[in-house]
Amino acid sequence: MVPLSYYLVLSGILFVCGVLGFLIKRNIIAIFMSIELMLNGVNLSFVAFAAQWHALSGQVFVFFVMVVAAAEAAVGLAIIIAVYRTRETLNVDQVNLLKL
Amino acid sequence: MLHLILFLFFGAICVAGAVNLLAQSHPINSALSLIVVMASLAGEYLLLGAEFVAAIQVIVYAGAIMVLFLITIMLLNAGKEERTKDSRVAILIGVPGVMIGAVLVAWTLVGRSSTTNSVPIGALWGAPKDIARLLFRDFLLPFEVTSVLILIAIMGAVVLASKPEAIARPHHNPPPREERELVAVGKDH
Repeated sequence: MVPLSYYLVLSGILFVCGVLGFLIKRNIIAIFMSIELMLNGVNLSFVAFAAQWHALSGQVFVFFVMVVAAAEAAVGLAIIIAVYRTRETLNVDQVNLLKL
Repeated sequence: MLHLILFLFFGAICVAGAVNLLAQSHPINSALSLIVVMASLAGEYLLLGAEFVAAIQVIVYAGAIMVLFLITIMLLNAGKEERTKDSRVAILIGVPGVMIGAVLVAWTLVGRSSTTNSVPIGALWGAPKDIARLLFRDFLLPFEVTSVLILIAIMGAVVLASKPEAIARPHHNPPPREERELVAVGKDH
C-alpha cells in the first residue's frame, strides 16, 4: 500500500523539473523536451486520481493528453526546423525577432 | 512492502532521469534521459494497474514522439548549448520562484494526505475493453475532434517543414535537364 500523496509528490517533482528546464535551458529542443516532461507529470497525477476515485475516465483523459502531445510534437518540431533554416541557430537568445 | 519498494525504485529512476535532463548540455543526452523518465513512468502506471496507459506510454511517448525528437536533433546536428547572460538571469529569477511554487504544492499535498487513502497495487480495474467502451460511447465527440486535430497537425507539419521556395513558387520550376543541355549545345554552335 502506497499513499496516494506519494504519487502526487512524484508528479509534482516531474512538473517542477519541467518548469525549471523550460526556464534555464537555452536550446530550443531541450525547452520542448521540458514541456513534454511537464505533460508526463500531469499524466501521472491523472492516473493517480483515477485510482483514488475508481474513475476510469482519468485514463481516457491521459489518452487525449497523449494525442495532443503527439500533434504538438509534430508541429513544434516542424517549427524548430523552419527556425533553424532561417536563422542557423537553436539558441533561443538569438531568436528574438519575428521577422528577419 | 513490495509495492513501496517498486514505487521508490521506479520513482528514483524517474527523478534521476528528470534531473539528468536538466543537467546535460547536449540535447541528445537530454532526449535519452527523457526516454528513461517515460519508461519508468510506464512502470508507475503498471503499479497503479493502468495497463492500457502503460502500453501507450511506451508505444506513443517513448516510441513515436521520442523518435521524432531524436530525428530532429540528428537532422539539425544540434551541438552543445552555450550559456549566455540571459540564461544567468533566468537561473537567478527562475530557480527561487519555482522552488517557492514547489514547496507550496508539496505543503498542500502533505497537509491533505489524510484525506487521500492509500492505493493497493493494481488499484484500477481498467481493462482495455472498459476504456474502449468509455472512449467510444461517452467521449465519442472529443475522440472524433482529435482526429481532425491530428489531420491539421499533419498538414501543418508538412507545410512548416518543407522548403519555403517549394510553397511560394510552385510554377517556377527550372526546365528539365535535357532541355537545358540542348539549349547550351545550341548556344555553342
